[in-house]
Amino acid sequence: MTDLIRKSASELAELISKGEVSSVEVTRAHLDRSAAVDGAVHSYLYQNPEASLIAAAEVDRARAAGEITSPLAGVPIAVKDNLTTTDAPTTSGSKILQGWVPPYDATVVKKLRAAGMPILGKTNLDEFAMGSSTEFSAYGPSKNPWDLTRIPGGSGGGSSSVVSSFQAPLAIGSDTGGSIRFPGAVTGTVGTKPTYGAVSRYGLIALASSLDQIGPVARNVLDTAMLQDVIAGHDPHDSTSLPESLGSMTAAALKQDVKGMRIGVIKQLSGEGFQPGVAARFKESLNLLAAAGAEIVEVDCPSFEYAIAAYYLILPAEASSNLAKFDSVRFGMRVEPNENATIERVMAATREAGFGPEVKRRIILGTYALSSGSYDKFYGAALKVRTLIQRDFDAAFAKADVLVSPTAPTTAFKFGDKIDDPLAMYLNDIATIPANLAGIPGMSVPNGLADEDGLPVGIQLLAPAREDARLYQVGGWLEKAHEEIWGKRMIDFAPELEVK
Amino acid sequence: MAKAELMNYEQALEQFEVVIGLEVHVELNTNTKMFCGCKNEFGNEPNTNVCPICIALPGALPAVNKTAVESSIKIGLALGCEIAPTGRFARKNYFYPDLAKNFQTSQYDEPIAFEGSLDVEVPSGKVHTVLIERAHMEEDAGKLTHIGGSTGRIQGAEYSLVDYNRAGVPLVEIVTKPVYGAGAEAPELAAAYVRSIREIVKGLGVSDARMERGNVRCDANVSLRKHGAEKLGTRTETKNVNSLRSIERAVRYEIQRQAHILANGGTIIQETRHWHEDKGATSAGRPKSDADDYRYFPEPDLVPVQPSRELIEALRATLPEKPADRRKRLAGEWGFSELEFRDVVNADLLDQIEETVTAGAKPQAARKWWMGELARIANESEEGAVPNITPAQVAELAKLIEDGKINDRLAREVLGYVLAGEGSPAEIVAARGLEVVSDDGALIAAIEAALASQPDVIPAIREGRMQAAGQVIGAVMKAMAGSADAARVRELLIEMANK
Repeated sequence: MTDLIRKSASELAELISKGEVSSVEVTRAHLDRSAAVDGAVHSYLYQNPEASLIAAAEVDRARAAGEITSPLAGVPIAVKDNLTTTDAPTTSGSKILQGWVPPYDATVVKKLRAAGMPILGKTNLDEFAMGSSTEFSAYGPSKNPWDLTRIPGGSGGGSSSVVSSFQAPLAIGSDTGGSIRFPGAVTGTVGTKPTYGAVSRYGLIALASSLDQIGPVARNVLDTAMLQDVIAGHDPHDSTSLPESLGSMTAAALKQDVKGMRIGVIKQLSGEGFQPGVAARFKESLNLLAAAGAEIVEVDCPSFEYAIAAYYLILPAEASSNLAKFDSVRFGMRVEPNENATIERVMAATREAGFGPEVKRRIILGTYALSSGSYDKFYGAALKVRTLIQRDFDAAFAKADVLVSPTAPTTAFKFGDKIDDPLAMYLNDIATIPANLAGIPGMSVPNGLADEDGLPVGIQLLAPAREDARLYQVGGWLEKAHEEIWGKRMIDFAPELEVK
Repeated sequence: MAKAELMNYEQALEQFEVVIGLEVHVELNTNTKMFCGCKNEFGNEPNTNVCPICIALPGALPAVNKTAVESSIKIGLALGCEIAPTGRFARKNYFYPDLAKNFQTSQYDEPIAFEGSLDVEVPSGKVHTVLIERAHMEEDAGKLTHIGGSTGRIQGAEYSLVDYNRAGVPLVEIVTKPVYGAGAEAPELAAAYVRSIREIVKGLGVSDARMERGNVRCDANVSLRKHGAEKLGTRTETKNVNSLRSIERAVRYEIQRQAHILANGGTIIQETRHWHEDKGATSAGRPKSDADDYRYFPEPDLVPVQPSRELIEALRATLPEKPADRRKRLAGEWGFSELEFRDVVNADLLDQIEETVTAGAKPQAARKWWMGELARIANESEEGAVPNITPAQVAELAKLIEDGKINDRLAREVLGYVLAGEGSPAEIVAARGLEVVSDDGALIAAIEAALASQPDVIPAIREGRMQAAGQVIGAVMKAMAGSADAARVRELLIEMANK
């Protein structure tokens, strides 16, 4: 069974559909893998192997009866723990929600169930998705399977480590400023933040509503595309979800053609200040694309300079309001002070005990940014920057079909390196944040290994809103080109984990 | 609560100009709530009409109720407002347990309707034009019940219960511009304005408009300034005025209270005040200043509401007659005197009388019943509730009298049975055998019996002293337990005298 866990989702789907292997067998193989390695990696916050197997058995039955015809039917999946699930606690990485079992499934979870995809468990994340390393999870960090002393990226480090340690072929992530793409880059995996509104946010515990987007996480571009096709689509429960379909990502991933495409290199994100190995691999990829007949153009995005500043006003502002509902009145933790337990004191005591340091930091930031007297200076100014960034992208996409940059300035850093320096941590997301501010789709694809540390590097692809298919087309081609150069998939360079 | 010192009302008006401003919350009668699919229903078991959205469970998202938007547009149009082609919702952030999200989703700087006006007639007959600043959409909060403690408020309560059935019920808040120049009639104007709003939303069919259920709620802002002063005085906002009568009383009270303070060199504190109907006074609530920081920002979970020109025009076409036009029309159709008509308006009985007339009654008969016997019964009842009778039943009662089937006295008796729920007037007359006796044989026998003990009557009638007939008619009515047709008795008596 160990070879099953190394297979891609599309391969597994084919084996299952041919009847060569059952969903129960595939699911069990991944559960066994978790039993062997997750003690070390800590991708999961919750698993219920029995329930996963029961779901897989039901999928096998339904598939045999012809009731499920989804392309990924039978392939199991891990879900980030900020999506509500009726059969598993949903904590969003916070103590304040410890043990809370939602009474409803997120729309994406419903879609996974309807597609016959057994859920293997809920993956770890920085508390309420605030962080780049999972070090802010209230339940301890996840580890990078490439080097257990390093971070797996964040906030979706549970989802990136779960696929890169072969505990799941697929995972669901959410990306507010890079939480899918950065973890993808540092674990040698693929992750897409779709166009804002392409995937319903209903049931995603909100960080910043105008920036959050759920997306697919996998080990290759095709699997990522297939998963996006399963979870995308209009949802009347999410007013911001797009009414129209964006077409087939799977078909785009299979095109693998970049000839004649205009690839834009963002001047502000073209390698300066990046780790040498990151910059070197990025330049190589540009040469590969040019050699394949793509046209490389430089684009100027002057407002990107202010992106992080704007992001760290808009995000905390929305988060401070979104997190107000955690007040102990209706669900979750309740802490009653020993004396004089007024409603205000109970709310305050609960939030004091239930929220971690990064969450408190951002609530305070956001509350301040929205307060009268500060609004125009901070929140209002940030909205203006947001508009300017959107204009930068509009101008850039007039010259280029797809924009590229390194996904992150560095390879995976060590635990503890940035935990006490919020600004350094925030700067990680310098390349990924603009896409969230503009609502456009972005993808991180493995881009070789850095010479200096042998760790994976990612390349980020960006496309205009609704043109997610372009990412898959270029991403699929890049992936193939790298495999030819490196001789195997990037993930296959990862060291074997010690099996318990 | 000690009653504040008040200045005599006339004196207050001599010294100060009154400026009022009214905020009316109208609960819409949509089937479902503003942002979720829960039933919008009054009186259900607590916390039965709730879902992840209206109790703000993590992950839930709002979606705008289309009917609520249409109702809001109708209200805006009926108030002569402009309708915004695009409008965002905003979040009004504050922590309070009746507000599940700890923010209220409301329209802030982009109301769906703005710049309207409403002509309001006060009891004196004078018509004031009240300018409407805006009408915007928002959601209602849940209902808190505080248990234990003496204050009846969350501070000091042993514990509090929350019912989220009302949380998320669609509201339209209608805000006036400052209203100047009402003078001594300001209290009456405030009440008449709210009555007009009620008539409008009821006529539009967008709200049940029952004040006793909180469907229409009014916050009354009152400020005073010296005559001729330019700067507005500091205002207070009185909440919890849940009937037309209390609006009038509360505004009058605030005028007198503020006048006393100002005249004695004091200053008015900008604050929320609560009206206490039983004590006939307001008490200080939360200090309210413009520095209240609700950290408004655009609601990122909703796209802007963008009603099309076509939708707005289609809704405009469905608007019923304006209340002022309707009054004019009814006054013409009914032929009441000006005073009679105004009394009907002030008694808030236009609807009932119109429906009664539509059901076949003569306008004067309908007026007589609603303004007379039924009003008396309503006044005597503890809650001043509307009597348990339909306009159709009143019309039927009037018709029975008109046809001579019953007389006034019998009619009152029948009415008692109708109110007791025994059925329609005709059914009751039939079942209880209450029809007047107009059988000449029976009447003549009764008249002869009466004449036997009053032999002077016939000669008196013959001499033209008709009032003598009254004694006989009274005796006949008494003998026949009121069921005699008095007019016929009189006719027969005269015939007998003239033989």
